[in-house]
Amino acid sequence: MFRIRIHGRGGQGIKMASRVLGTALFQAGYTVQDAPKYGAERRGAPIFSSVRAARETINERGTIYRPDLVVVADDTLLAVPAAGTLLGIDGHTVVLVNSHEPADTWCHRLNITARLLILPACTEVEDRADLPHIGATCAGAAARLLGVIARAGLLEAIAGELADLGPDIVAENQASALAAFDAMADWQGAVTEGIAVAADNYVVPDWIELPFDDARMAAPDIRACANSVEVRTGLWRTMRPIIDYDLCKRCWWVCSTFCPDSAIAVAEDIPVIDYDHCKGCMVCVGVCPPHAIEGVPEYLAQQQDKLQPAPGDANATETADR
Amino acid sequence: MPPKLLTGNAAAAWGARLAAVDYVPAFPITPQTEIIEILGAWLDSGEMPGRMVTLESEHSMITAAGAAAATGVRVFSATSSQGLLYAMEMLYTVAGWRAPFVLVNVSRGLSAPITLEADHNDVLAARDSGFLQLHCADCQEVLDSVLLAYRLAEDPLIRLPVLVNLDGFYLSFTREPVSLPEAEAVRGFLPPFDPRDIRFAANAPASQAVAVLGGGPYSYFRYEAHLAALNGVAVYERVAAEFNTLFGRQRDAVECYKTIDAEIVFYMIGSFSTKAREAVDRLRDAGQKVGLVRPRLLRPFPAGHVLTAVAGKQGIIVIDQNLSIGLGGILYTELLASLYDKPGAPPVVTSFIGGLGGRDISPQEFYHMLTITRQAIASGSVPPPRLLYTAGELREIRKLQAIAQVEREETAPGQGPIRDSNTAQETPRE
Repeated sequence: MFRIRIHGRGGQGIKMASRVLGTALFQAGYTVQDAPKYGAERRGAPIFSSVRAARETINERGTIYRPDLVVVADDTLLAVPAAGTLLGIDGHTVVLVNSHEPADTWCHRLNITARLLILPACTEVEDRADLPHIGATCAGAAARLLGVIARAGLLEAIAGELADLGPDIVAENQASALAAFDAMADWQGAVTEGIAVAADNYVVPDWIELPFDDARMAAPDIRACANSVEVRTGLWRTMRPIIDYDLCKRCWWVCSTFCPDSAIAVAEDIPVIDYDHCKGCMVCVGVCPPHAIEGVPEYLAQQQDKLQPAPGDANATETADR
Repeated sequence: MPPKLLTGNAAAAWGARLAAVDYVPAFPITPQTEIIEILGAWLDSGEMPGRMVTLESEHSMITAAGAAAATGVRVFSATSSQGLLYAMEMLYTVAGWRAPFVLVNVSRGLSAPITLEADHNDVLAARDSGFLQLHCADCQEVLDSVLLAYRLAEDPLIRLPVLVNLDGFYLSFTREPVSLPEAEAVRGFLPPFDPRDIRFAANAPASQAVAVLGGGPYSYFRYEAHLAALNGVAVYERVAAEFNTLFGRQRDAVECYKTIDAEIVFYMIGSFSTKAREAVDRLRDAGQKVGLVRPRLLRPFPAGHVLTAVAGKQGIIVIDQNLSIGLGGILYTELLASLYDKPGAPPVVTSFIGGLGGRDISPQEFYHMLTITRQAIASGSVPPPRLLYTAGELREIRKLQAIAQVEREETAPGQGPIRDSNTAQETPRE
């Protein structure tokens, strides 16, 4: 059985990628199961999808714990533990990453033995997250790595899955997928089918007796924002709101009140955005009466940070390096 | 028609379309929404005749479904989790009206804490309502079960509403190959609803919500519904046999997978039971004689079929994806009650709670449940019920609680740690 996991961010077409791959495998004669997995749906949040393909009935379901192929459409996810991009990879797994940086660098950083490949970019862009049709590109590259999907099958699957979006969008996605398919020719068939977990000599699960805990601890309460503080949701941002203090009227309450993440604090009448937790929803940009907040693509803002780190912004350099 | 890849939600919508339903009262909820989106698109484009009305809540939705069914039209609706519970009052009410229709539930764990993933406490909360219940393991079965459900609901020996359950995410958003039967063939199996004396017209008003005083009449009406539900076992068998003849898919009331020579069987419902099938195959590769017994029909409870399936086995491993708080697994307690004192009942029945809130069950966990059950058979000592929960999972919770401690310090300084030295430490068992 082929077991494939595709990671990306909401809006990148990760569910579409799994459907294209699933349909192409199904048309190639495989029994297929494909599924997206996400929580509270939101653009930019980490999501993943799964594809299983086999010659026999598929009884496994849910998350793939022993992938043959992992596709990471956005390399910033490799640093987000909750994204689980590296779950269950081993020497058998091929990991395909969309990144500007070379494979050696990632293998070294992540200290992994899996075969790591970099997704070829057919269109050169400053930020890989801006690649057009990233979902289709991932599906095209993955199809070649599996080695069992023909070009025609890939094109047909895209035409079928995206039919509702009209012929122009189908053609654009097909072109991107095909370019990635062709660019991976040297690795055709690099991914091979894995085997199921054998029932003899299995690893005994480390079950524990769940202890009784006092309800002060065992009730699911949130009393303050500490949980949110520890999770740097600012990593999700693709657009950064920037306040122009020359235009800000010091009304002190509009942007800070409407911010759905309480990421704007007002100190001495001056609103300050907490970029560790601002998800870039642009609500503040929309509500500011004097139009004093501008939305800037995050990668451009990060390049700016690199040139002139904002005073007191300890994360600016780290963020920019990533 | 060759099979096509469909999600469980799309399969449910296809079931409603092929059943040629007249009326769809709707209210959206994750992970059910896709069902009404698909039906809405078909009704809008005219691909499917019929009418959809969006209600302001599930309580109204089920009221509308029951009221429409009481006029003699074919009704379909769908919900999930909190929605099903919000409608709970009306579930009992419309079942009491003996209004036949089909309600799909996309299982999702109940709040609090809130979650989106599969868990059977929602649908099992409705187990005493008078709705019959069919539980699906894959997407094909979702479509098939909707068609079977109409035959059950509308049968003169039953005339009760039927719930068809599919698991959120694991089926709702998962595409699998599904064969769509031809509409013509479905009409042969499920002809247009013949409501017989179920009809309502403005010039001939009727009341289906009668009040009774005294327990005698009340007992009569409730027990009549019970007797009708019990008829469901035989009716299901007849209808499933007809379905098999027409469509070539065997949908027994109780699925028995490799049970004939099995010494021990897994016993569970829902989509996770395909994981058990996989585990059975791998365990058989390793020479273990195991099987799977899975009730598709849970209400009425097919006690006779279950007993036949497990009689003479050395043991049963019950996996409950639900928790009756203060008691334990619901399938486990119901199974024990149905087996008590019966000849051939296996001497060892072990209980495991797994899959709450969509928590996965690994192959190794299936294998180890078998090992523990074999040990129990050998020693004659049955271990207490166990939650499938690992040290790693507790470590994750402890990490979050450490953060919560910081939060507590911020909001209530000086009150000391939440978790003091007296708190029990997690200890490995065995």
